[in-house]
Order: sequence, then structure tokens, then C-alpha cells
Amino acid sequence: MDEGLLSELKKQGIFVTSMQELYNWGRLNSIWPLQFGLACCAIEMIATAASRYDLARFGGEVFRPSPRQADLIIVAGTVTKKMAPQVVRLYNQMPDPKYVIAMGACAISGGPFKQGYNVLKGIDRYIPVDVYIPGCPPRPEALLHAFMELQRKIEEQKLTGAGKADHLEASLPSEFPVPAFGEHDLQPPANPALFRPPAVERN
Amino acid sequence: MESLERIKARAEEAVPGATIKIIPNASPANQPSLLIDSDHTLAVVQFLRNDAALRLDFCSNVTGVDWLDRTVTTKVKVKTLIDGEEKEIEQPQVENFPGYLETVYHLYSIALKHGPVVIRLRTADRADGVHLPSLTPVYRSAEFQEREIFDLYGIRFHGHPDLRRILMWDEFVDYPMRKDYREPDDYEYEPTPHDEVLERAKEHHAARPQLDGAENLAADEHG
Repeated sequence: MDEGLLSELKKQGIFVTSMQELYNWGRLNSIWPLQFGLACCAIEMIATAASRYDLARFGGEVFRPSPRQADLIIVAGTVTKKMAPQVVRLYNQMPDPKYVIAMGACAISGGPFKQGYNVLKGIDRYIPVDVYIPGCPPRPEALLHAFMELQRKIEEQKLTGAGKADHLEASLPSEFPVPAFGEHDLQPPANPALFRPPAVERN
Repeated sequence: MESLERIKARAEEAVPGATIKIIPNASPANQPSLLIDSDHTLAVVQFLRNDAALRLDFCSNVTGVDWLDRTVTTKVKVKTLIDGEEKEIEQPQVENFPGYLETVYHLYSIALKHGPVVIRLRTADRADGVHLPSLTPVYRSAEFQEREIFDLYGIRFHGHPDLRRILMWDEFVDYPMRKDYREPDDYEYEPTPHDEVLERAKEHHAARPQLDGAENLAADEHG
């Protein structure tokens, strides 16, 4: 609808909106995160939810102890190879639409433990990540920023037509295979359908 | 606390047949330790715990060490007859030291406020003979730490009540803290590599010239 006409109608006390805007407005202002932490980043996440930083200002204070009621999983901390299948399983148990924030260096890439024998080199090997926050650990402000980025992302999701949101596309999967414990590593070591690392130019 | 030499002499007297060796430590820590033979370990440790002058009632730390096989070449001066004349020449002498695994226990006395007494146990080799007696029957605090050593070094403790992996999953077969452990080849994306990681990343991509991640992973699955 024409912006000028909208503002003209507003001045007359008539509020016009679209189903998509209303729906996304509702969703982005009540994102329920999963009450789930893995390491020291979880402490920052707790601080973000507490009164000083107050995640409730953005509608994200309802931490759910069950994945069945959660919209967002904040992967806060080091994902060990022993823990990775459980993280993927939790993600699979969340209902659509669902979002992932990879919080901190470890969840992004393995961070300081990257070359360790038991640390996964980033949770994006198994589940699709929406927002990455660097930091070790990221400050609560950084998590709030990531939360706002996610809200922006949700705001722009389309409900119909070409390029509509992934969770409305029936052909796209909403669950991903849980890796199995192998003799030397997780099997498979990454989900090839998800994890496509960019080529690194080397001289 | 009495000197390590005196502890060694008294323990050998208390446990007939036990052989204890003092391992010196030349580093600034200067903390020598007792090497106890595997057959008499439990008796010697029980002596250390129960003796009235020692009463080492607390095992604060258990750790493992991996010593690889090593060869040391030294030059030795040998006198030989060359053309009827006695001359001194240098000859290389090669010494082989077989590798072994080691556990180190730090014992303290809470009752008498002294310690630590450091004791070591060594396995026969790094392959089949990786058995050691467990000290869990004497010190309960050793239970999880011995499990960790079993998990990461592969030392099997006789007499341990619950010897399972503790950090890695049960299906895992390697021992990651051993010096010859080689981690799986997951170097497909290393944006800022250096040193060893750079070498491994180059190796990873050298085998498969195409740089697309999905194709690399597909190749991994087929061996």
C-alpha cells in the first residue's frame, strides 16, 4: 500500500495494516527462548535476561524449559562432540517457526578449543544458524543486539509468494539428522546439506 | 615431614619385596618422586596412608603422562689401535629407551598438615601391557581421575570399581592425550590458520582439489 496514503489515513484515525505485518509484529515481540546453556556464555545470557539488561524489553523474557514451547535456541557456549547430538535433538523438537543464535566464539567455530579433540568446530555444521555473535563471551549488549537483528529478520519474512519464509516452504526440512557417535569422530562430521564453508584463498 | 630417602627406606622395610626408586626432578620445582613397582603398589600406598608419622590420607590429584619411545645418540671417546698407534676416536653410541605410560599421584596429609608426596607408577610399554593397579580402593578421590586417565591415555586400572570412559563417548576407540594421537581430518574451513593447522588444512585440500565444502564432505564419506 502507498506510504503517503497510509500516513494520510493515520491522521484521520484509521489504522491500516496487512496480515503479514500484524503476524510478524506479534511473533517478533514475543520470541520465547529455550532455557538452555552450555558454558560460560550462558552466564552472560542469564545476565541479559535479568533485571539490569532486561531482555523483557524486547519480549524475550519467557525462557521455556521445554523445546516444545520455544521459538529460539541460543547456543550459549562450547558444543562438545558428546553434546552435539543432544543440541540437534533439542532443535528438532522445537516447533516451526524456529530460530538459532550461535552465541560466542565456541558455538561459531569451536573458538579457543577449535583444535581440541572433543569440541565441535561450530554448531552450524548440524543446524542452520540465523545470527552469529562473536565474543568470548559476548557482552549482554551483544546478545541484545543479536536479538534485535533476529527481530529485524523476522520482520522481513514473507508469508506468501516467492521468497517466503523457510518454515512455510513444505519442501524444506524443519528437522536435521542427529549425528551418531563414531569410533573417531561424529558421523557424519558435518551435515553436507547445511555446512558449505567458503573457499579460502591461499598462496 | 621426613625426607623422601627415609620414606623410601621405611616403606621398603614395611613391605618386603617392594622396590621403590627415587626419581629426581631437575627443574626449578625440585620435587622428586617415588617410583613404585606395580606388584607392591597397594601395600606401599597403604603403608603411606596408615603409618603414624606420614598419615597421607588425601590424594589430591591423579594425572597421566605419555612417554614415547626415544633414541639418544651420544658420542663416546674410544681408544683404538690405528696403524700400531693408540689413538682416541669418537664413536656414536645409540641408546634406545622404550616408551611407557605413567600415572602420578599427589598425596597429602590433612591430619598432619604436610605433603605432597608424589608417587609414580609406570606401565610395561605403550601397547599391550598398559595395566596398572588402581588406587581407588585406598583413596576414593582417585576414582573419577583414574577413569579420566583410562579415557584419555588408555591405561587399564586393575581393581577399579567402575572403569568406563568419562569424557568421551563409549563408542570412541582412540586415546586423545597420547602423543601419537591424530585427530580426524576436519580442516575443511580454516580461515586464519598457522603452523600445524596450516599444514593440516593444506593436506586436507591437496587431496581434493575442488574447494567446495559439500563435495569435500561427500568425498570424506567414501573414504
